[in-house]
Order: sequence, then structure tokens, then C-alpha cells
Amino acid sequence: MATQIEPATQTDEDAFRAEVQQFLADNFPAELKGQSNALAGVDGPTNETPAQTKWREAVGARGWGTPTWPKEYGGGGLTKAQAKIIDQEFAKAGAYNPIGGMGVMMFGPTLLEYGNEAQKKEHIPPITRGEIRWCQGYSEPNAGSDLANLQTFAEDKGDHYLVNGQKTWTSGGQWADKCFAIVRTDKSDKHKGISFMLIDMDKPGVEVRPITMISGTSPFCETFFTDVKVPKENLVGEEGQGWTIGKRLLQHERTNISGGGSLARLMGQSLGDIAKKYQPTGADGELADAVLRDKIADFEIRWNSFLLTARRAMEESKAAGGVSEISSVLKKLGTKLSQERSELLIEIRGLQGLGWEGDGFSDGELEAVRAWLFGKATTIYGGSTEIQNNIIAKRVLGMLDHQ
Amino acid sequence: MAVLNEEQEMLRDMAREWTVNESPVTEFRKVRASGEPEAFNRDAYATMAQMGWAGVIIPEEHGGSDFGFLSAGLVVEELGKTLTASPLVMNTVAASAIVLGGSDEQKARWLPRLASGEAIATLAVDEGPSHDPAKIETSVSDGKLSGTKAFVHEAHGADLFVVAAKDGLYLVEKGDGVALTTRKLTDQRSHADVTFDGAAAEKLANGGDSLLDDVLDRARVLTAAEMLGMAQQVFDDTLDYLKQRVQFNQVLASLQALQHRMADLFADLAQMRSAVEAGLQAVDAGFGVARAATIAKTEANRVMHTMANEGIQLHGGIGMTDEYDVGFYLKRARVLEQSFGSSSWLKDRFSKLSGY
Repeated sequence: MATQIEPATQTDEDAFRAEVQQFLADNFPAELKGQSNALAGVDGPTNETPAQTKWREAVGARGWGTPTWPKEYGGGGLTKAQAKIIDQEFAKAGAYNPIGGMGVMMFGPTLLEYGNEAQKKEHIPPITRGEIRWCQGYSEPNAGSDLANLQTFAEDKGDHYLVNGQKTWTSGGQWADKCFAIVRTDKSDKHKGISFMLIDMDKPGVEVRPITMISGTSPFCETFFTDVKVPKENLVGEEGQGWTIGKRLLQHERTNISGGGSLARLMGQSLGDIAKKYQPTGADGELADAVLRDKIADFEIRWNSFLLTARRAMEESKAAGGVSEISSVLKKLGTKLSQERSELLIEIRGLQGLGWEGDGFSDGELEAVRAWLFGKATTIYGGSTEIQNNIIAKRVLGMLDHQ
Repeated sequence: MAVLNEEQEMLRDMAREWTVNESPVTEFRKVRASGEPEAFNRDAYATMAQMGWAGVIIPEEHGGSDFGFLSAGLVVEELGKTLTASPLVMNTVAASAIVLGGSDEQKARWLPRLASGEAIATLAVDEGPSHDPAKIETSVSDGKLSGTKAFVHEAHGADLFVVAAKDGLYLVEKGDGVALTTRKLTDQRSHADVTFDGAAAEKLANGGDSLLDDVLDRARVLTAAEMLGMAQQVFDDTLDYLKQRVQFNQVLASLQALQHRMADLFADLAQMRSAVEAGLQAVDAGFGVARAATIAKTEANRVMHTMANEGIQLHGGIGMTDEYDVGFYLKRARVLEQSFGSSSWLKDRFSKLSGY
């Protein structure tokens, strides 16, 4: 299959790989090796060490934290193949991507699709440099699964909106600089009365209260808006287009929650290997408890086929140039399986797997307990499993709308 | 659906067109009604062989197309959808034993005939009702093989048996020293206990110590592919039925309780397809076959089991009638579920492969 183009492409890739390696050698502080990105998720305040700042700025300046985003807005302007090379080389060097969070995962891709030129110029570059943290103003006390029932109202005041209402489950709200929110601009139409707008969290009238969860502290907050002035230029798309834009953003969120890739890393260690440290084994190193052994194998097999399904969805999407219909099942399957894994981990560890605090428990054991509890949220947020089932039945299987 | 190349797409489309037009479930009903123990239509099998389906995994030099197991799986999946009764799966598995373990002479003698449909082969491993390749008593001395194999699939139509003995796999032709006792199972297909009494046997001397496991893994992925087609068909039929059946003045498809069950089955089916296709692909890649085949068959067992039960339940009373097809899928499903590894056997194997 030697064609003339292949060697050239190969050379290009090799050259780019060398460039990434050189960049890492020049810029990645050795002390950060093996760390993960504190900014990537929603789970911590922004206290960077000087080394972390240096690394974030270096990657941000190149746009390599958002490698496939357009260069004109601070992205890398690179191909998927090149992005993969960055991934591979960073992983090899033990370097994390310092550019992350909701701005990268959800808001950025949506704004690139729906935002106007001025909005993209203003908001995308700070995301690519990891300077601005975004939070999501979606759910309300009476608008959870029935999200379109939201009541937070943005009243038209000529050059600005006056926003009043309450959002809840605002992940990372206490640390966020800005909020992308869906709010009501028209009370007469449930779906077409919704608009998508951007709210500065430091504006007068914005109040954030963290929520204590069953797992203890959490990134979730309640956010109150009282007479908050939002300039008209912060409306994304048209008035009334918020439901469409908001749903598009949720697709990005679901991909990230189920995300074969990151979950695979998270759930990398075989439960069988863990069990062998906690449970008696027989002559051939097999788990002596045959029932537990069967349960673990049963889980691991289904987990494997989930990973294969995530990979297949990706390959199909790539081949078809659109979203594969099985993408709709990934969130539902991935969240259920990770909950199941947490439960099985407790059975493997017994009461040692239910520690709340204290020296008698390892960090890994304590983290697993909090993850088990927090994990209950995954089948509720981002569209609950029941909502996913409605979507699959209606959109994919063509079953009729129920009332 | 795995991303296919052009040849594979053509093969699948051809198989789909043929099964839908020439081999719908009514053809299986005819086979059943005939009561013949070999339980397949010889003319139909000849046509399948003419289309090249019996030689998909056989090298070109021996009359096959050498397209590989993913391609074979595509055909088998389509056959599974319409419950086409044929020895194609077992013939393919037996042929793979010769491809992997045969001498040049054995390959030259058998593979072209197995590819053309002129001869049919099957695999005989288990000696009891549950799959257990560790329990084999069949032995060979001076080229004479003796032992009894239980519930051999497609035994009645077979000209050649690939038989597992204590020290490896052997080729035994039907004839002297080979006796069949028909064992009619719920799927109404060909099964027999086969007694070998000093039958002339030729060893498959190549392929190494793992030959039996390698051949059984091929049986597992192809059986799983047949189950995948069956599960897909039960799902599609059930969904169609829910969309047309009216109760309480509304179609059943509008009821949320049923919508959510179908969403669950849809997700299960996605998992099954991923696992089965990965198993077939692993055989073609020659990498991680044992593990991938174990996952493929376990997932096929799990999902097919549920799918058949839910298919009946969601059809309601009419699903219990012989007039409707869904019951046929249930009866075939359980036979395949117990063949080449029940779920408990497979999970034990998976644990061993994973070191716990």
C-alpha cells in the first residue's frame, strides 16, 4: 500500500511529534509529573502553584489544551491526528492537560457553534488559556428532569435584562467566574420562551451557597439571582432559541459523563486484583469465595463490553460523520455500571470499604466511599436514566410520545 | 455495527437479501415439518456454498475467499435473523480446525470440498450435556478412535467429524465405527450422540497445545454471531408489534412502562453487538482471542436470554402460540446458550484468564 502521500504524511506526523516532545522538554515542570489537572473538573478551588501556572500558560499560549479549536480564537487549529499525538506525548511524559473544566467540555463547543463573532472573540480565548472558569445555570428547584419548566426570569429592560430566580446544582458555582444559563424570556411558551445567556458571577445580586451532600462536601451550589443586570450582548443566539442551544450543550455533557476514555482510566484496575488483596485465595491464586468471584467476572465482562460499545460509537460516528445512534445508550450504561462497581468494591472490602474518616483507612479506601456516594448523582444529573430512556424510546426507537 | 470494508458490506447485503427473500422463517417451518433428522434444506445449503459462504474463512489456495471471521459472522448473523437451518456455522468451525491444525495434505484433501459444499464437517467435543472440554475420555490407539460425544450439532449431515480426544483433535469420516443416536432438542435442529467405536482417525498434528481452545473460541464467536442476529430480530419484531397493537385505545408503544423496557433491551443489544463483533475481530487479528471470545459468548448468552424472555412477555398471549415466530427464537436461544460454554462456565474461564 505504498502510495506517494503516505511517507510525506508520516514525516509530517513525526515532525509534529518531535515538536511536541521538544515543547514538553522546554516547558513541563518535572515536579508536576503524574499530577492531574486541578482545574479540569469542578472539584476544587483555584490555588495554583507557580509551576502549575507556568505549565498552564505554556500550553494555553499554544492553544494545545484545545487542540482542534480554531486558531483565530486561541485554539490549536490542529487536526484530530495531531491532537492525538499531543495526547500520546503528554501521557508518555506524565503531563496533564492544564486546560479544562466546563468551558472546554461543554460551553466552548456550543459557543463556537451558536455564538456571534464578538462573543467568540471575547469568551473563547480565555477558555483556551484556562483563565476563566465557567459554571452551568440549568437546573432549578422545580426544573430538574423537567428542565423546560424553569422559572428564572430575564425581563427586557432595553439595553439589558434584569434576571431574578434560583438555580441549583450549579457545579463549581463557588469558584466560577461566569455562568452560562438558560432563563425564561417569555412566560407564554414553555420551550420557545427560553433563552441562553451569559452571566458574570461577580455581579451584584448573585449569591452562591454550597450544598452539603450525602458524600459530604461537594462542588454543587445553589445560586440566587436578585435583580442581576445582564447586558443584551450576553444573549447567545436569538431570544427563544435557548432550549435548542441548551440541549446541544447537554449532548456535550452526556458524552463527557459517560465518556469511555476518562472512565476507562478511572476504572482501570481490575476488581479481581483488588479482591485478591482483601479476600482469601486458593492454591492457584483464585478467589476462594466462588460466588464473589462469579459476581466480579460478571461485572468485568459487562464493563468490557461497555468500553467496546463506547469505542464502537466513536468509530461509527467518525465513519458516518455524525453521531451514532448507540451514543444515546452510553450515559445510561456507563453511569449504571460505575455505580455497580462501587457497590461491588464495598462487598469486596467489607466494612473496611465503608470508612468515613480516620487513620484506619487508606486514602484509596476513603476516596472510594465518597465516590460511591457521590456516584449516585450520575444517574440523576445530565438527564436522569429515566429521561435517557424517554429519549431512546422516542428519538431512536420511534415509539410514540406518552402523556 | 462495526465499520466494514466494501467486500464485507457486499457480503452482508447479499446475505440479507437472500435470507429475507429465499430463507424466511417459513423455510425453517418447512424443515421442521419434514421431520428429517438432519434438519436442513440441502438445496438451500448448496446455494449458500455457491455464493461462497462455506469458504469465508478458508484460504484462497484451498478454494475459499479468506475474508475472515468478521465476514463469516456477518453472514451467520443474517442467517440467525431468519433462523435459517444449515450446517454453515459448524462447517466453518470444523474447517478452521483443519486450517489451524491440518497438514498440507489434510488441507488439500478437505478444505476445497468444505468450501464448495460438496462435503460437510462438524465439531465433536463434549461428552456430557454441559460444555466441559476438560472432561474428555475419548482416546485413540493405532489410529483407531473410541468414545462417545454428546449432543453433536449438525451430526446428521456431516461427512467429516473433527473429534476431540485426550491427546488432541482428530479427523474421522462418517462410516464404519461411527454411529448416531438422534437427540431431538427444543430447537428442532440436528443433534446426536455420536459413538465412535474404533473408527479410523487422523490426527490434526499442527496448531500446538492450544488447538482445541482456539477452535472452541471460533465456535463461541460464530455461535454468538448467530445469537446476535436472533436477538436483533426478536427486538425488531417486538418493537413492530408494540407499534401496532392497540389496547386501552392506544398503541402499546405509547406506554412509558414498555418504552423503558425497550430502551433497556436496546442498550443490552448494543453491548451484545460490541462484544460479538470484537470477538470476531480478535480472531481475525489473532490477538487476545480467548478473552474476547469469552466476553462475546457471555454477553451473547446474557442478552439473548433476556431478549427471548422479554420478546414473549411483550408479545403477550400471542407470543405463546406456535403461529408466531418469537417462540422459535426462545427455543433455539437456550440450545445455543448451553453450547460451547454456559455463562457460569464462561465466567469461571474469564476469572482464570484474568488471574483471579
